Amino acid sequence: MSLSVQIKHDFPGFALDVDFTAGPGVTALFGRSGAGKTTVVNAVAGLLRPDHARITFGDEVLTDTQRGIFLPPHKRRVGYVFQDARLFPHLSVRGNLDYGRRLAPRTARPDDARVTEIVDLLGIGALLDRRPGALSGGEKQRVALGRAILSGPRLLLMDEPLAALDDARKAEILPYLENLRDNLGLPILYVSHAMPEITRLASTVIMLDGGRVMTAGPTEAVLSDPASSTALGRETGALLTASVAAQDVDGLARLDTQAGPVWVARPDLAIGTKVRLRILAQDVMLATEAPRNISALNVLTGRIDRIENAPDGSVLVRLHLGDGTAILSRITSRSRDALQLEIGASVHAVLKSVSIAEVAAN
Amino acid sequence: MDWLTPEEWQAVALSLKVSLWAVAASLPLGVLVAYALARWRFPGRQVLNGLVHLPLIMPPVVTGYLLLLAFGRRGIFGAPLAEWFGIVFAFRWTGAALAAALMAFPLMVRTIRLAIEAVDPRLEQAASTLGGSRVMVFATITLPLILPGIIAGSIIAFAKAMGEFGATITFVSNIPGQTQTLPSAIYTELQVPGGEAQAARLVMVSLVIALGALLASEWVGRAVARRISGA
Repeated sequence: MSLSVQIKHDFPGFALDVDFTAGPGVTALFGRSGAGKTTVVNAVAGLLRPDHARITFGDEVLTDTQRGIFLPPHKRRVGYVFQDARLFPHLSVRGNLDYGRRLAPRTARPDDARVTEIVDLLGIGALLDRRPGALSGGEKQRVALGRAILSGPRLLLMDEPLAALDDARKAEILPYLENLRDNLGLPILYVSHAMPEITRLASTVIMLDGGRVMTAGPTEAVLSDPASSTALGRETGALLTASVAAQDVDGLARLDTQAGPVWVARPDLAIGTKVRLRILAQDVMLATEAPRNISALNVLTGRIDRIENAPDGSVLVRLHLGDGTAILSRITSRSRDALQLEIGASVHAVLKSVSIAEVAAN
Repeated sequence: MDWLTPEEWQAVALSLKVSLWAVAASLPLGVLVAYALARWRFPGRQVLNGLVHLPLIMPPVVTGYLLLLAFGRRGIFGAPLAEWFGIVFAFRWTGAALAAALMAFPLMVRTIRLAIEAVDPRLEQAASTLGGSRVMVFATITLPLILPGIIAGSIIAFAKAMGEFGATITFVSNIPGQTQTLPSAIYTELQVPGGEAQAARLVMVSLVIALGALLASEWVGRAVARRISGA
């Protein structure tokens, strides 16, 4: 089941014009604040009636302004997790969790075993008899997640569910989100402007800027697209998938990527684990000859397939590593000219820093 | 207790009956009007707001006279109501209840409206995404959250109805046992030379009821805050 969204809506001083499809897994709507992300999610939920829109889920039409179709929010069966939790203050945690469940159609209503499972998954079993006012921010957000899931939705919308939390609370909730993504089998539309959440959760990224879709596609492809730098700035950088091949005696783990081995100081990773590596463009140096006698451990070889000027005056070079993977390097225009870099040239990329964005479960 | 005469007891009992009916009958409309004023944007909203508040600023005697024109035996509403449904307001306790309800309506609506405005509409949005229709959301989210406000509004309206005098005496006169409410009884006793001592006891009753109602509504008001904070 996939969600298809076409929206045109005029606000005073801002026009939204987007068209995208979100399939299974987590689709991230990424962009700076004011890019129109929340408007899109509200339109999908039916909380906003756009000027012109066609929104469908599978073969069901949720909104079609041309044909005068507008399904009210309560008939959409879309679970919505808000940034500010929005728990009902007069109900206990249990009452909040039961709210949507009681209203769900009989066929979609989660049974008691399912409730226990979700409550355990979210670790909120001890909170059931408390009132929302007595919960911490992280606890509130977990209850809000449970409440949305237990309403038996066909699709989950999450509007910056972690933005109101501090880093410790974010780290507390992210594993639960990964867990839900892997266990629920529901499409999730996830709004965020925080790159770590995207690299960790999203399989597809839709990058919005000024009310328009700038780039969209699989997370790896979007992040290795130089166009993403408009929205990402200093956070521009590629994402590679790898698996842990060996643990060397000196504490370095060898990760096999499609472009060759990479070593990181992570003795805790078990052999065979799948990971996502984040390589920022500013941490990649380019060399036209194989570098010798340098301290950097990780050197990958690839062919330049794009060279673009970034908005800040630097130059973004994309290096094709084979098999659809690519990394980005940010260099100065002086270096580009000195090295005579051009499309098709084979170069060596020296990775100054590699971070692990996500460790896949199991 | 024998410190009130049977006639005085009658006036107290009638006032209680009139006020209870006035509040009970006008409450559903009060909640609807308060909700409309708080949440809906429609043409004529300011006019409705003005109409609701009119009895608060008009001389009560004018309200009473207008009621007589509208709901008297030959009034534009009074005549058909009497003819088709047998409902008569003029010179009956029902008329006193109508006058009291009208005079208390602005206070009731204001109090309930404040409670509705204190409810975050985003909670209602959240409830709708969880599958609640508008009616369901109102019944399960809005209503429980504003319940203390509804109670406070009812108490204030009850106290106001207990004290209503001008519109009542103009509309339904001052007939002992039928339309003589507590304030009318006090007024009547004060008209008799040397009746102050007699009236003083009814004044005491009146004061106690009014003060009790105010304290009760304050107490309920604090409960609103507790409920909405969700602690």
